[in-house]
Amino acid sequence: MVDVNVNLSRWPFRRLVGDEPADLVAGLRRREVTQAWTGTFDGIFHKDISSANARLAEDCHRHGPGLLIPFGSINPKLPDWQEDLRRCHEAHKMPGIRLHPNYHGYDLKDRAFADVLHLSAARRLVVQLVVSMEDERTQPPLTRVAAVDLAPLPDLLQSSPGARVVILNADHVHNFQLSEKLLSAGDVYFDISMVEGVGGVSHLAQKISVQRVLFGSNYPLYYFESAMLKVRESAFTEAGRQAVLEENARRLLAA
Amino acid sequence: MLDRRTFFKHAGQSLAAMPAVWPSSGNAAPQKPLIWDVHFHLTNWPGETPEDRMKEIVKVLDRMGVDRVMLSLGYPLLENPSPEQLRAENDQVLRGIRCAPDRAYGFVYLNPNYVQASLDELNRCVHDGPMVGVKLWVARRCNAPELDPIVERAAAMKAPILQHTWLKVGGNGPGESTPYDLLELARRHPGVPLICGHTGGDWELGIRVIRSEKNVYSELAGSNPTSGYVEMAVRELGPERIIYGSDAFGRSIASQLGKVMGAEIPESARRLILAENLKRLLTPILRGKGYQA
Repeated sequence: MVDVNVNLSRWPFRRLVGDEPADLVAGLRRREVTQAWTGTFDGIFHKDISSANARLAEDCHRHGPGLLIPFGSINPKLPDWQEDLRRCHEAHKMPGIRLHPNYHGYDLKDRAFADVLHLSAARRLVVQLVVSMEDERTQPPLTRVAAVDLAPLPDLLQSSPGARVVILNADHVHNFQLSEKLLSAGDVYFDISMVEGVGGVSHLAQKISVQRVLFGSNYPLYYFESAMLKVRESAFTEAGRQAVLEENARRLLAA
Repeated sequence: MLDRRTFFKHAGQSLAAMPAVWPSSGNAAPQKPLIWDVHFHLTNWPGETPEDRMKEIVKVLDRMGVDRVMLSLGYPLLENPSPEQLRAENDQVLRGIRCAPDRAYGFVYLNPNYVQASLDELNRCVHDGPMVGVKLWVARRCNAPELDPIVERAAAMKAPILQHTWLKVGGNGPGESTPYDLLELARRHPGVPLICGHTGGDWELGIRVIRSEKNVYSELAGSNPTSGYVEMAVRELGPERIIYGSDAFGRSIASQLGKVMGAEIPESARRLILAENLKRLLTPILRGKGYQA
């Protein structure tokens, strides 16, 4: 099983079961995860994102070689972010990066976002775009962060050939139309961590394509079992289940 | 004992490959825990009639291993229903539970803006009908004195009350209760079981708000499956005061059940939360109606 949405380090507002690297790895192995695309909470909140990415790479290598696949954070509003991107690719050998536009203070119409897409595509890096981290209604009062508006993304994808984008932590219930538009605009995938409603994951797969749905848990911020049970709740065929749990992610990374 | 490892192992399997219930190991009793869901709606399910919707519901319950749901609210969703609309909504629930009596009990939907009509509905659906609990939503904040006769009548019928609560950082809707409001109500009615729907959503606050009142129960439905929720509730309230609910259809049964199945808590606590606490609360009214508790 491949989990495309895992985080290392500490969520600043709560200690989590699994927020120590060894515990995270043990938790993933216990749940029979064989590959976890792993970002770092530090990449959301730290200005020294270079060191956050270096620690991420080291922790993945030391605690979960072969299991934890590091996805460094890029903040294109930081000076010389292009060097961070280069290091993620060349020094840390990461296959992709993770973006948090809302926490880093820009929207998708910002020129910086288009630049990240272009440079990532040129390096064949997968871009994970995180829509939200928490329910906006329950965020700490001093860190209220609205979800990322994906509306500009279809047009941007059409002008970024070769870009491969994974949308994390999106709930599609209210906007299947945009999801379909994204799909036709480029190489776009969606994880299931925040997909809601009974049978929401199978509904998403029917609306777009089961080939574009990836298993992502948002573990350890979320209970892993919530994502796992969504697969059960969705009446997938065996082939569909395998696609979501593993094959789609492996194919994307191999491309 | 419930084998959580086995649960995980089978959770991702296809329907065809999955056992209908959790498997037993050797001669041991079946390992699937009893699961009762206190927060379940007819709203938004596919189907023209309550009977059609109930058929769809039962299919999903079977897939997820959920034994029984407490059904409330009809369709469309009405925040401040008139007496006539209340009656129509409750009629839909009555039809739903009648066609699947072994899978669903009913909680009657009441509106404290219409006290007499609510008392009449309570009599019709619970005292004289098959329903076993009360559902209160967002028509009026639950600290209002209009709630008192409803709570007293429900208590006399031994019908537990599920009250929606939220603590939104941007502010609640005008008739939307907070756990603080429920606390006021609970203090006016000591000993009457009140179920704090969603535990205020912002559970790290909601749990603290209700901690002191032993007749208030934390209900887990309708929020993101954030790690630590169930562990904190067990630590601060004790496992006897926590009740599983999903808020389906709007919420995935899976995302909400995952909170309990993923929590690092003793298996005995998990069983209490998944069904035994609710069953204990409902036992007096179920026995009174001659249902097998």
